[in-house]
Amino acid sequence: MGDLLFFGIFALVAVLCAINVVVQKHPISSAISLVGVMASLAVLYLMLGGEFIAMAQIIVYAGAVMVLFVFVIMLLNAGVEVRRGRSWTATILGAPALLGLLGVLACLLARWFPNSPVIKFGDFAGGGARQVGYALFTEYLLPFEVTSVLILIAILGAVVLARKELD
Amino acid sequence: MPPIPNGVPESFYLALSAVLFVIGVAGFVFRRNIITVFMCIELMLNAVNLSFVTFANQHKQVEGHLFTFFVMVVAAAEAAVGLAIILTVFKNRTTLNIDEVDSLKN
Repeated sequence: MGDLLFFGIFALVAVLCAINVVVQKHPISSAISLVGVMASLAVLYLMLGGEFIAMAQIIVYAGAVMVLFVFVIMLLNAGVEVRRGRSWTATILGAPALLGLLGVLACLLARWFPNSPVIKFGDFAGGGARQVGYALFTEYLLPFEVTSVLILIAILGAVVLARKELD
Repeated sequence: MPPIPNGVPESFYLALSAVLFVIGVAGFVFRRNIITVFMCIELMLNAVNLSFVTFANQHKQVEGHLFTFFVMVVAAAEAAVGLAIILTVFKNRTTLNIDEVDSLKN
């Protein structure tokens, strides 16, 4: 019962914050709402037994990535979004198309997982830092190392793209 | 009426993931600010991460967590490069509206 209560609270927070991300006019409000989504998702990861992933979510996403977003919003002095008239197809078909997408996803999930198991908190303890680290450095060593190269390339790319042109 | 289960059915997590993904798609399609569109992409990635962690719990394997870890790393790299591209676009055009960045169309 407690599990369901916790899931309900944080799922509600996540969905409300996600809707807030989309409907807010100012990008900084969207960014703060997105931090709310990520924090409540971290709680859900904890309930699913992913301790390492929950902490990485808080540190990497809610910490580093969102700080980067807020910096860029401040740097560009981004203001309220200008609304312009959109095409009638988008106005008429937008919401039904999205609901259709949600329906298709729900149908597929219901078909693939007809009698889904019940997840209790604490019945999966394989997501701690020890297990994740062991798997990363034994079986998945090559992808892990390739990731570091990817990060290096991304750093260089960001610096090259964002630098001031030297005359 | 069925009895209330002691725990959360797995389908609830998957449904939450689908709802968050569709909200992300809605923002991606309807918003016009390039930074907000980028944030909606992050929202979609988060929704997919939730289903990865749910499946890791279902199969009692750690691989789902590793995939989530790699998605996070790629998303961080993507955020760094994407925001640098946004900075460059703003420097060249002084606009953040994606409707006005249409050089390829004309």
